[in-house]
Amino acid sequence: MTEIPDLEKNHIIAKIRGWRPEVIAELISFRGELTVVVRRDHLRSLAEFLLADPDLAFTYLSDVTGMDRFPIEPRFELNYHLLSLSRRETIRLRVRIPGDDAVTESVIPVWPTANWHEREIFDLLGIRFEGHPNLRRMLLPDDWEGHPLRKDYPVEGPR
Amino acid sequence: MTTIQTATGPEQTMVLNMGPQHPSTHGVLRVLLELDGENIIKADVDIGYLHTGIEKTAEALTYSQAITITDRMDYLAPLSNNLVYCLAAEKLLGLEVPKRAQYIRVLLTELTRIGSHLVWLGTHAIDLGAMSVFLYCFREREELLKIFELVSGQRMMTSYFRIGGLALEPPVGWTNHVEKIVQTFPSRFDEYEELLTQNRIWIGRTQGVGILSAKDAIAMGVSGPSLRGSGVDYDVRKYFPYSSYDEFDFQVPVRTEGDCYARYLCRVAEMRESLKIVRQALDKIPPDGPVKADAPGIVPPQREKMKTEMEALIYHFKIFTEGFAPPPGEVYQRIESPRGELGCFLASDGSPKPYRMRMRTPSFVNLQALQKMVEGHLVADAIASIGTLDIVLGEIDR
Repeated sequence: MTEIPDLEKNHIIAKIRGWRPEVIAELISFRGELTVVVRRDHLRSLAEFLLADPDLAFTYLSDVTGMDRFPIEPRFELNYHLLSLSRRETIRLRVRIPGDDAVTESVIPVWPTANWHEREIFDLLGIRFEGHPNLRRMLLPDDWEGHPLRKDYPVEGPR
Repeated sequence: MTTIQTATGPEQTMVLNMGPQHPSTHGVLRVLLELDGENIIKADVDIGYLHTGIEKTAEALTYSQAITITDRMDYLAPLSNNLVYCLAAEKLLGLEVPKRAQYIRVLLTELTRIGSHLVWLGTHAIDLGAMSVFLYCFREREELLKIFELVSGQRMMTSYFRIGGLALEPPVGWTNHVEKIVQTFPSRFDEYEELLTQNRIWIGRTQGVGILSAKDAIAMGVSGPSLRGSGVDYDVRKYFPYSSYDEFDFQVPVRTEGDCYARYLCRVAEMRESLKIVRQALDKIPPDGPVKADAPGIVPPQREKMKTEMEALIYHFKIFTEGFAPPPGEVYQRIESPRGELGCFLASDGSPKPYRMRMRTPSFVNLQALQKMVEGHLVADAIASIGTLDIVLGEIDR
């Protein structure tokens, strides 16, 4: 539960900075977990870099989590939890997405496991993924209206 | 409802709807199979029949209340679900749990792992035609459920782990029951292996069936025994130890074949390793000491104290009326559940209710690999492949 003492000395950050410093919008360290906030249009290229670089090798995408910060804009947040099996390291990528343009690029070509995660996020939060081969509702019926995990969707009562 | 896009047109092939009420889909899984004779050309998985909005519900509950709904996701391993949620909340709060509680957590989650693998083995065997294994496995599982009932009062929906430790002190003499299990179970595992491991029908139905390469398994995010059967040694207990797992000595069984038989061997070996951990935990657990962290305002005070101390009464009232508020931030906690990497993403906005609780459930991710495992194979092998992934629909649909 130690905080990462110096973000500047972290080798993952240094690697990304050495590659393309402009992709990092913000760095967050909380409870020993490192979060790299990425601009939406850089996500895909950073994903490819993190996978392909032999010193990073983030081959395993654990999870993609969507979150709604309504009414704060940009309201949506996607968290990509990456894992490097060879180096036993983890990192979280975060993308912020505005509510009036809830769309981002799919990372399925980089990590095929993102397929179902992205479908689920589309279903429950209504964020669209460009280039997703099968972007349909997953957990809810096809004719369902609304996206339940949005904060303006009530837990109970009329919608 | 989902319709399938046929690959070759309707003349040569037929579409078979398997599930959602089919005994070998282990719940309410629906698979649409496009068949050419007995060969599967295309498989389309349809889920969501058990969706109950657990993640949304959690946002309306306090941190302590939300523990009860985590039980209901993976109903074969409720304690693993409790554990990941509690660890995530404790990480968010920066709370340290007493060693005694950590060891008891390890012991009980390992028993959960055995119990879950027993259900898997029994149902997998019955799918493939071996009836007797099912009966033996459920007989043994009953012994484990009795222990859960002993410590928590519940056989299945235990909610025994709480934020900061355990719900209550386990009853006097409970370790004797665990001791009995540690002594009797190895011979029971030998019995199952005698029935199956060299059984020609079993080998015929599982060997070379549902092959998943290491590369595909990693790309699809498969975890747990399903990944280790493909030759990748990723086990969260070893990679990112939690709850004092680094103090235990155990092996992670890995097979390289990547077929149903390899995953079977992995899980059986894992049950034996779990018993080893249970054995060590029994020796490690101190006879007395606290099972809850000393964190007033988060951990409910003892009943006795409430009768004599004003502060204890106030804390009790505050915890159960308004709850407690962790600092704003997000954490992701992963543990090794019986099915693989179980992750809990917990976001706090500084209020007493989780702003977002996300469960990365291993069954959900593992099921994605099914398509790859069955396409181009026989229908009968699809049954084996679904069984070998060890899915629980409760945690897939949440």
